[in-house]
Amino acid sequence: MTIVTQFAISSTRLLDSGGNVVAPLPAFAQDDSELVALYRGMVLTRTFDAKAIALQRTGRLGTYASSLGQEAVGVGVAAAMQPSDILVPSFREHGAQIWRGVSLAELFLYWGGDERGNDFAVPREDFPNCIPIGSHAPHAVGVALAFRLRGEKRAAVCVFGDGATSKGDVAEALNMAGVWKAPVVFVVNNNGWAISVPRAKQSAASTLAQKAIAAGVAAEQVDGNDIIAVRFLVEQALERARAGGGPTLIEAVTYRLSDHTTADDASRYRDDAEVSRHWAEEPIARLRNYLVRQGTWGADQEEGLLQECSKRVDESAASYLATPPQCPTEFFDYVYAALPAELAEQRDAVIASVGKQP
Amino acid sequence: MSEVSLVQAINLALRRAMMEDPRVLLLGEDVGINGGVFRATESLFQAFGEQRVIDTPLAEAGIAGVSIGLAVQGFRPVAEIQFTGFAYTCIDQLLNHAARMRSRTRGRLTCPMVLRSPAGGGIHAAEHHSESPEAMFAHTPGLKVVTPSSPRRAYGLLLSAIRDPDPVVFLEPTRLYRAAHEEVTDDGIGIPLDCCAVLRPGRDVTLVSWGAMITETLRAAENLSRENIDAEVIDVATLKPLDSATILESVARTGRLTIVHEAPLTCGLGAEIAARVASRGLTTLLAPIERVTGFDTMMPYPRSEAFYMPSADRVTAAVRRTMAYT
Repeated sequence: MTIVTQFAISSTRLLDSGGNVVAPLPAFAQDDSELVALYRGMVLTRTFDAKAIALQRTGRLGTYASSLGQEAVGVGVAAAMQPSDILVPSFREHGAQIWRGVSLAELFLYWGGDERGNDFAVPREDFPNCIPIGSHAPHAVGVALAFRLRGEKRAAVCVFGDGATSKGDVAEALNMAGVWKAPVVFVVNNNGWAISVPRAKQSAASTLAQKAIAAGVAAEQVDGNDIIAVRFLVEQALERARAGGGPTLIEAVTYRLSDHTTADDASRYRDDAEVSRHWAEEPIARLRNYLVRQGTWGADQEEGLLQECSKRVDESAASYLATPPQCPTEFFDYVYAALPAELAEQRDAVIASVGKQP
Repeated sequence: MSEVSLVQAINLALRRAMMEDPRVLLLGEDVGINGGVFRATESLFQAFGEQRVIDTPLAEAGIAGVSIGLAVQGFRPVAEIQFTGFAYTCIDQLLNHAARMRSRTRGRLTCPMVLRSPAGGGIHAAEHHSESPEAMFAHTPGLKVVTPSSPRRAYGLLLSAIRDPDPVVFLEPTRLYRAAHEEVTDDGIGIPLDCCAVLRPGRDVTLVSWGAMITETLRAAENLSRENIDAEVIDVATLKPLDSATILESVARTGRLTIVHEAPLTCGLGAEIAARVASRGLTTLLAPIERVTGFDTMMPYPRSEAFYMPSADRVTAAVRRTMAYT
């Protein structure tokens, strides 16, 4: 017998759950303002999240997928990206979208059930959320292929969850990315749960990262609650991708502290004790502890930031709630570039029934 | 100008589209050096190189999904799915993503791609190689569904499909790939996707069909002319969106309608056409609408496929019934 291939998956953690440095920090982490920016991004994301849930509970937002406890993945990934890169997200990456410039009002609008929430003023080329699990992975490969064919130094970033790694679309996308050395970085936001199905029932693989190895795609694992590590690893992978070094998959191990969505009750299938244990690992306190220990952050800054985030979120929510509804026939207008005759007839019937012109 | 087969006309249109627009790319299984299993992409790899004619891994959903990414980024991908029976795994990508990208982003992102696939039976192919799933695609808002019935129409319709700003499923009648020959002028002129074509004018009965069944329908019209029945033949060509006006106008003149398609009867596109005529042209009808279609069975294996597929004789018999109705 001859061993024809072997592989290993590394896991990176720079800050432990108490915010203590356990491995050398990357250059950007020497700059306190960089870390404060990441911290602010995570706090804003969590403030947005709490508001979204409150709006949903009071009947003013649709079903919403919380990112509570996973802010380091979204914000860390986006912070590693260049504005010219393209994000192809699933539906729990509010942190990434906010960092990339999607407005809070647009996010509220989207989750409130209005397509205009996907018409981002910025960034114009990012994809909207993908709801059918994992089916956006090949889109990211197509985007990356487009970059390569045009000779552009850009990369696509595709984020999906642990459940998505069981899907054929993800396997097909990884395989194609590997064959074509496409400038794409896949990030598995492994939050431990696919609604009620835990990680252990999702795959017998010891890491989800290793699924990429089979496709010839570089793969590693990162502590997904350590935003410094997330940003660092994704940044490295993106630089490699833009330079023609091929794709990477990064499995960010985090934990879903929330229900799957506001339509879910995780107490039906998950022990509170498990959730409590994971609160000790969550990313915001971790970075705050580090910053406080560095003397960069204190109670005053914290208080100021919370107030600032609340104000911004409240203003955006008010703006969302004040958004006039779409015209009752607007959903006809974007089915095709030009309205076909048969569809014009259907639209005109709606106009006649509501008694007003579009 | 020379006589070419339908598959050669497809090849001409692809070559023309690639010459006139550098955004046009071909991708699919075996489309590169092999020129496609039916040779639709023959010599294009050699002419345009591996950057524009891309052999993909064997993964149909991935081919559709990658095409979406390319299209959203401004390319004009033309994906080939080797047989329509293998396109079902693309349906998630087409329905959930390609078809609605424009709508769900309110026009910010669009998806101008073409998914080509040989469809239909009649070539004694293995199972899953003879499907006619056009209604599945035509049921989907945001997609266009086009099928040609001759080399000239294949050339013009495919050019228009590639130039279209929205996703188009282009179903090529396998049976006509080599059976149909005619002169095709490689002039780069597209055939509009928003209208049916009247292939044969007639006074007595309207025959509506598309794809490979046009051949049987035209043959039936010839048979019927010997019985002094003057049949008008309409090639729907663009199944979605459907040009009802041409059909309604024709039925208003003839008063009789027979619809011919290879796909199964139930929920086939013939049902939609019949419903439109019933709701808007009922008073012009002189006889019940006839449908000559495949059956609500599986497409049988090749030894029995001739029993399944509508033939000129079945069409002729149906028209005789509608003509006899008083």
